[in-house]
Amino acid sequence: MEKVTLLIMLFDLLLGLGLLWLAWQLLESRNLFKAVVLFVAFGLLMALAWVRLDAPDVALAEAAIGAGLTGALLMAALAKLPSRDKSEPLADEKGHWLLRLALLLVAAGLGYVVHSLPESAPGLSAEIANNLASSGVNNPVTAVLLNFRGYDTLLELMVLMLALLGVWSLGIERSTREEPVGPVLTTLVQFLTPLLILVAAYLLWAGADAPGGAFQAGAVLAAAMVLLLLAGWPLQGLLTGVALRLMLVAGPATFVALAGLTLLDAQLLAYPPQHAGKLILLLEVAATLSIAVTLAALFLGYRPRTNKEPG
Amino acid sequence: MNTALLYSLVGIGLFSLGLYALIVHAHLLRKILAINVMGSGVFLLLIALAKRTATPLPDAVPHAMVITGIVVTVAATALALTLMVRVAMENHRAELSDQSQE
Repeated sequence: MEKVTLLIMLFDLLLGLGLLWLAWQLLESRNLFKAVVLFVAFGLLMALAWVRLDAPDVALAEAAIGAGLTGALLMAALAKLPSRDKSEPLADEKGHWLLRLALLLVAAGLGYVVHSLPESAPGLSAEIANNLASSGVNNPVTAVLLNFRGYDTLLELMVLMLALLGVWSLGIERSTREEPVGPVLTTLVQFLTPLLILVAAYLLWAGADAPGGAFQAGAVLAAAMVLLLLAGWPLQGLLTGVALRLMLVAGPATFVALAGLTLLDAQLLAYPPQHAGKLILLLEVAATLSIAVTLAALFLGYRPRTNKEPG
Repeated sequence: MNTALLYSLVGIGLFSLGLYALIVHAHLLRKILAINVMGSGVFLLLIALAKRTATPLPDAVPHAMVITGIVVTVAATALALTLMVRVAMENHRAELSDQSQE
């Protein structure tokens, strides 16, 4: 038993040092492509840290979104930069000793504050455990996200929508030059897409009782769409106009409608316990669809035009 | 040293490294990476502090907040990257100029 605890502590220490080292490498590497690849590796190590901290829901979200989608977004943006911008000379670092000293003091102060916090702080875990039975689901994280603090998720869907509106209003069109796609990618996408859809459906369904839920499922579904886009499938041509907009607003609209109804009835997003399970499932299905389409549209980076619109 | 404290300190370290890179580097992609590393540090601190419960189950509220945070981060990153590409198109380099226009 002693030996196992020691090994786990050693693992934690190595993981912590590895995270700090990777962060330093990715922030200070001369080559930006290398920095982006290191960032993806950093995200995967973060997912491992979440598992060590008993946060499997966060680990799933980090692996799918933090490492996967953010990596794809960074790569796509890097490809659009002028080529001489991609390996920039690092800034002259001689004059930064005062800044380093100040930041060291900030870090030491924060460390002292964290060290002086009480050893045990239950937070709201007792309240969650007491009310879990009436929430409609068995996974406490899903209960917090969609029932106890449903307004967080409502506002988050709005933030996603705002980000997409911002991206669309910048009006950057991708160059029409299409790179030929190799047979390996095409075959891989044909195998992976059904599998990813299946995984997304499983995560969505399992979220009620086990790690998973709308965010993770939406991210996996978005990853499938990004793969299809990369493999040259004309998703942006198929999904335009009203159909696209309906899918984008499905999640927020369902949420707002339910918020209005519950506000008339009792309190904002306070569901009747006997229907809570079904309502949460409905919300999660709509949110998954909207999150997936919004993230894929963010990856695309411009507003897909319908055929009727002038280019 | 217990697990919660160890990961909290790593979170603080990541936040400080990210803040340093955010201030020092001029290239916008590196600034976006730096903000993402800072965010990871904050998330790590939140989740590590949520582990300080007496029961084996950690507090679920910070977990839900961090999941929301991760999704908001990717949306903000996508918007920031699009802005960066636009700046690079206008200025022919992905940096903001130091000189004011006046």
